[in-house]
Amino acid sequence: MHVEVDVPKCVASGQCVLLAPDVFDQREEDGMVVLLDDNPPAELHDAVRESATVCPAAAIRLEES
Amino acid sequence: MASSPNVPAFTLTRPQDAPLDPPPLYERLREEQPVTRVSLWEGRLTPWLVTRWEDARAVLGSPAFSTDPTHPGAPNFKEDEQPAPRGFFQNFDDPIHAAMRRTLTREFMIKRIDTLRPAIARLTDELLTDLTKLSGPADFVEHFALPLPSLVICELLGVPYEEHPFFQEQSKTLVDLNATGEEAARAFANLGEYLLRLVQTKRATPGDDVVTRLAAQVDEGVITDQDAADLSAFLLFAGHETTANMIALSTITLLNHPDQIPHILGGPDQVASAVEELLRYLSIVHGGLRRTAIDDVTIGGVTIHAGEGVIIPVHVANRDPEFFTNPDDLDLERANVRQHLAFGYGIHQCLGQPLARAELQIALPEVFRRLPDLKIAVPMEEIAFKQATAVYGVRELPVTW
Ligand code: HEM
Ligand code: SF4
Repeated sequence: MHVEVDVPKCVASGQCVLLAPDVFDQREEDGMVVLLDDNPPAELHDAVRESATVCPAAAIRLEES
Repeated sequence: MASSPNVPAFTLTRPQDAPLDPPPLYERLREEQPVTRVSLWEGRLTPWLVTRWEDARAVLGSPAFSTDPTHPGAPNFKEDEQPAPRGFFQNFDDPIHAAMRRTLTREFMIKRIDTLRPAIARLTDELLTDLTKLSGPADFVEHFALPLPSLVICELLGVPYEEHPFFQEQSKTLVDLNATGEEAARAFANLGEYLLRLVQTKRATPGDDVVTRLAAQVDEGVITDQDAADLSAFLLFAGHETTANMIALSTITLLNHPDQIPHILGGPDQVASAVEELLRYLSIVHGGLRRTAIDDVTIGGVTIHAGEGVIIPVHVANRDPEFFTNPDDLDLERANVRQHLAFGYGIHQCLGQPLARAELQIALPEVFRRLPDLKIAVPMEEIAFKQATAVYGVRELPVTW
């Protein structure tokens, strides 16, 4: 699975950080999303998929391989 | 138009025998006419009502809709709605909305809110200790559900707690749908004036709080003093009654489902899921989210034209059986619950959601741990629900323990 984030779209809801804290973080100065792992291990795929679905700004894109 | 039988009047009134369920009319519309017109202001405006989960999410996520209440067709609660300052950024579209929201996003980061958890736990403990010293019955709203979020937001902003009766009064006027637009504007201005003085005080004597950091952003030229005051006033208003109503209604809901109380006493993941289901089930922002189309757009097969208003009643969309199985059941382990719309969706999704979650995740388990014999002291029919407010809740909740 390949993950991309579109930072300018992010509204800092924090939902991805709650669901997959090993994959997503927020940057200190304004809470915008930071991608920690663009190729997360299989056991995190469900949480990453859920993050992409709940993201209110549609700022998380996934490519499933 | 009001007399047309095909255009029902917009209503907030819940069924008397099921005060936590949405109005039956909307449940019927969601099945039969999921995108249909309703009448506001005695028929002088007939915006669209979008009741299915999928359609509601499509509207909230679409750039074809504006939250600006000054559009001629905007489906405002009040016909004489007054324009708000830009610090009240929910009423603005990007780029103003994004610029104003971004002055506060770091304050509501998950990491930042996590550092507030010990303070929330301490305030919860103190309030419950004081409550148990009273001889019951006592009002759970007055002694717990309202003071907790008030104290937390005052702590966050750096507002002295002695000022809280003043804030509660202004906040009450802002959510009271019977207040005129002029009264609401005055309440907002009162808060703004007080906070303008606070911004100036914090500049002279800085603290570790949001108002101090907003004052610093003024000095950096990002915003004005007036913006800093308006942003703070908006947070006070948005973060105060909402959480209070969620605490009170969640407590009623759990008392009505005693078999589910063990979930709220479980581990952190169980508590987190339980809180999401309570958010979905109660969806307290029952006045509906309000939008105006700025482009022609098709929603649920219906063309909505630029200039037309749309109301999105999230409490109805969150009970859509097409998306949530047995939606009228409280299921604290519901699998897809995180896709609820109780905090909205799209660029305006609740900024305070990490704080609201932290408060609910700390307060609700502690209430049931500390007060295992908690009971409502009046029959359900006698509970005073707030029917005519944009945010659903109870005026008071007499309890024994
Ligand atoms: C359980 C409690 C809460 C609920 C159910 C709730 C619900 C909502 C909803 C539905 C919206 C979106 C409105 C729209 O799209 O038109 C919203 C926006 C907002 N909420 Fe909350 N809220 C809660 C608590 C809080 C708290 C604690 C704060 C802050 C301390 C807060 C601050 C805000 C702000 C600033 C916005 C505007 C966001 C924007 O326009 O970008 N809320 N809230
Ligand atoms: S869920 Fe989306 S909007 Fe929220 S922080 Fe993550 S990327 Fe940003």
